[in-house]
Amino acid sequence: MTYSDPILTVQAISKRFMGRGGCVDVGFDLWPGEVLGIVGESGSGKTTLLNCLSGRTTPDEGVVLYRGRDGEMADLHAMSEPRRRLLMRTDWGIVHQNPRDGLRFGVSAGANIGERLMAVGARHYGAIRGTAADWLGRVEIDGLRIDDRPSTFSGGMQQRLQIARNLVNGPRLVFMDEPTGGLDVSVQARLLDLLRRLVREMHLACVIVTHDLGVARLLAHRLMVMKEGRVIESGLTDQVLDDPHHPYTQLLVSSVLPA
Amino acid sequence: MTAATLRLSAQALCKTFTLHVQGGVSIPVFNDLSFEAHAGRCVALAGPSGAGKSTLLRSLYGNYLPDSGHIRLWHRKDWVDLTQAQARTILEIRRETLGHVSQFLRAVPRVSALDVVAEPLLALGVDEESARRRAAELLARLNLPERLWNLAPATFSGGEQQRVNVARGFAPNYPILLLDEPTASLDAKNRRVVVDLIAEAKSHGAALVGIFHDQEVRDAVADDIFEVESYKEPVA
Repeated sequence: MTYSDPILTVQAISKRFMGRGGCVDVGFDLWPGEVLGIVGESGSGKTTLLNCLSGRTTPDEGVVLYRGRDGEMADLHAMSEPRRRLLMRTDWGIVHQNPRDGLRFGVSAGANIGERLMAVGARHYGAIRGTAADWLGRVEIDGLRIDDRPSTFSGGMQQRLQIARNLVNGPRLVFMDEPTGGLDVSVQARLLDLLRRLVREMHLACVIVTHDLGVARLLAHRLMVMKEGRVIESGLTDQVLDDPHHPYTQLLVSSVLPA
Repeated sequence: MTAATLRLSAQALCKTFTLHVQGGVSIPVFNDLSFEAHAGRCVALAGPSGAGKSTLLRSLYGNYLPDSGHIRLWHRKDWVDLTQAQARTILEIRRETLGHVSQFLRAVPRVSALDVVAEPLLALGVDEESARRRAAELLARLNLPERLWNLAPATFSGGEQQRVNVARGFAPNYPILLLDEPTASLDAKNRRVVVDLIAEAKSHGAALVGIFHDQEVRDAVADDIFEVESYKEPVA
């Protein structure tokens, strides 16, 4: 794989629900190490698009091509279900807005991380526990909490645990849906700092859906602005936010209260 | 100034802001503007407030998108047009070729002053120790008290933040460096440090473009003056 090869190529994706909603004719390329932010208000089709990209929803039209570790491009929605599931375990991470959707609350924090390692074949208990402890440290959770259940964690800790669970396998592509939504601002800052560092260190490709333009500015290299299912403006993050051209983007940017 | 020293060439740039949220008002900034920046020289953008100096500087950084025209930069031994480049190419250019000292520091929560300055070096692949040494050297030169180095600059005074910003911009030796009022909130002593840093960058062969309201600083650093005001759209 060369520097110029995208890891994800999305061509003319459309998904409508009963003729309305969803997303229409969305296409882009994503490269390793690149964070793409998708912004827009509720109902603009951001989450539907994310679901199509990550294989959880089948689009009506369009293709999603993923370049595997072997350098070959594979059509995500044309591949077999077992192969797609394998990819999700080995190559991808999905961080949900609500930690309840991304964690198992019935088992310990350590098990939440270790489970992902076992899914790709790890069997040695000591090694799994060691890696889990290491990852708790990397996401700034006290190692003494390794046997505690996520339900005893604060919202910010749950979100950091979810990130550890998703990154422990060394994925190449991570999808995040409002990862800082519902968190206190002070907790958000810590999480953003952590995400920035991990994305850089692991050279992750990342698609992040958010309605928070501050989060987008901090994390995303480039942005797509969505309205009524369509991408109405895209480009370098600071250019889109500082010199927005589309009336809707201007409205979004000018509606943010300065802190 | 020859073709061999040319580092940045802006050709026939036009920029008009259209404010859709405010009744579609059009604000023309400049029209058919062309200029060049050469290695080892500093161009000062001149003109009264509202002339479009900052808009031009931001366009040269890819932060604003001109309506037409070209901005060609010498990057990796080739000419790249910033107005046509992909986002990731612009980021690569900013990492390796094009530095920018903005007027205000955009502080990231929880990141220390030392790390803010070291960050562009780390992005270039410099090892952590050398990057932090270079960052410390610059902060010391700009007289930022050492007790502040490990604090996040969000709570710093305007002058302290500006010194962090200047140190960050001068940390890598960018071949092209844009400066937006780098001395606006600095005292005489630190203004002189910035003047020295600019002189050193020139001697390294950097091409600089800047806005300097301070006449003394401008006289000390500028080799050429470019009047932005004269490119206002002619009133029809």
